[in-house]
Amino acid sequence: MDFLTSADFWFLSLTSLAKTIFLIFLVVLPMVSYTVYAERRVSALIQDRVGPNRTGFPTSLIPGISKDFSPFLGGLGQPVADAMKFLLKEDFVPGHVNKLYFWLAPCLAMMPAIVTLAAIPFGSSFLGVKMVVADINVGLLFMFAISSVSVYGIVLAGWSSNSKYPFLGGIRSTSQMISYELCMGLSAVPVLLVCGSTGLSAIVNYQVREGWLLAPFTNGGLSFREIALWVPIIIAFITFTISMFAETNRLPFDLPESETELVAGYHTEYSSMKFALFFLGEYTAMIAGSALIVVLFLGGWHLPFIPDGAGQGGLAFLHAIPSWIWGLVNITAFFAKVAVLLLVFIWVRWTLPRFRYDQLMKLGWLYLFEIALVNIFLTAGILAFTK
Amino acid sequence: MAYVVPRPNLTWKEKIYLPSIVAGMMITFKHLKRMLKGETKVVMQYPEEKWDAQMPEHYRGAPTLVTDEHGRERCVACQLCEFICPPRAITIKPEEIPSGDKFAKVEKRPKVFEIDMIRCIYCGLCEEVCPEQAIFLRKDYAITGITRAEMVHDKAKLYELGGVFTGLVNKWNPKK
Repeated sequence: MDFLTSADFWFLSLTSLAKTIFLIFLVVLPMVSYTVYAERRVSALIQDRVGPNRTGFPTSLIPGISKDFSPFLGGLGQPVADAMKFLLKEDFVPGHVNKLYFWLAPCLAMMPAIVTLAAIPFGSSFLGVKMVVADINVGLLFMFAISSVSVYGIVLAGWSSNSKYPFLGGIRSTSQMISYELCMGLSAVPVLLVCGSTGLSAIVNYQVREGWLLAPFTNGGLSFREIALWVPIIIAFITFTISMFAETNRLPFDLPESETELVAGYHTEYSSMKFALFFLGEYTAMIAGSALIVVLFLGGWHLPFIPDGAGQGGLAFLHAIPSWIWGLVNITAFFAKVAVLLLVFIWVRWTLPRFRYDQLMKLGWLYLFEIALVNIFLTAGILAFTK
Repeated sequence: MAYVVPRPNLTWKEKIYLPSIVAGMMITFKHLKRMLKGETKVVMQYPEEKWDAQMPEHYRGAPTLVTDEHGRERCVACQLCEFICPPRAITIKPEEIPSGDKFAKVEKRPKVFEIDMIRCIYCGLCEEVCPEQAIFLRKDYAITGITRAEMVHDKAKLYELGGVFTGLVNKWNPKK
């Protein structure tokens, strides 16, 4: 009971609450909707189309303002309009479905993706508060554990829909997840070996000290050890990114969904907000995945020459500026990196064709798994000989 | 006789597949860049930009009625267009022209002439069948309305769209 009345407890709870609200409602959900917008615009541009460029914000509804607000690119009101459409559409539940699991599946698709974000350090510190919702020292394992739960959403959706195509989608999702989870876990091990911790904050702190894993020169120099470690890290980065594509069901691995073969895969029978939850879940998983790649390989919130939120490190003359500004800069840097990765996700999706199913399994089990496994020994060897 | 299809021998570069992925991504990026710089021009921003200038002479838009140079409505209410119209979009109710009228010798004119633009298929048969050159398909294509009633063009609307058309039919003109 003492604990409940202690100032620490209240400080922790309130800051965690503030951080969660900031992360989910002010960053991730808007980011999700604008990723959808970016997806539509970028895909259009890649295919020599224009994409949604009309929907603005209907400010002309407010008395006294005569024009609609439609800033530079146009179409920035599209995500809002999409959300309104999803909310207002009829929520139809077909008669032949298993009602309980049919309702449960969209929640299970959305929640794990959001929960994984808890362990992501999305900034250094801001006004003395560490910018991570749950700074746990098993962060990476937590991410893997929770993100693999999201497959249940897809499997349950496929099974409870009681219809052929969703069922095939669900089954495909299961086997795909088994093949890629392993490779993803193994390709993260070299990072753990180098950084010596599974805590995501610790991994970022290592990269702040020693330079980003994928770009060790951000520290200001290259030692022999760093050059030697670069090889396995690049391999790990490639295998990890490929598995992340598979994990988030993005093309070229979107077999559970594959519109051309399975209508819409596991969410064929879903409509309105339940469908939107699958959609949100997919894009939140994409953001969580990109955030994890940023944390593991691209130095997290760190930018070279920029101090952290406590005014430490970076160039000396920048310390004159109050440190909370640098805290904000760090948060921005993190989400900018995530946004760049999201654009790469989108770019890849609109470039590559879908794998055939046996090719996908072969790639997962016969190549990526072995490469990731050998890579661990390679890293361990280099670490042992370059002490 | 069995025919063995020769399989291509892939180099290791082709086998690891990553270089071709990068090449493909470069191609899509090129397209994106060209679109962003405005070098690819494939889309016309309707309704700001319109295609009207390039519209061919034979374009079949909305059917309209025309008057001649004396202000006489050319339609003599023979109802051929009403009968030929495949979707039965045209409704004509003829009336007699009173004897005191300037054009009394024409004898008949439409009292009601309606074209239901929801039904119209823009086939142009009405124009083709008209013996009086009274009905023409003009170049209006954006025929819209918010009620069904609005989409039925009545006589006034049809003459407004059609305007005046001179020449070709001279038989009703006064003798010289």
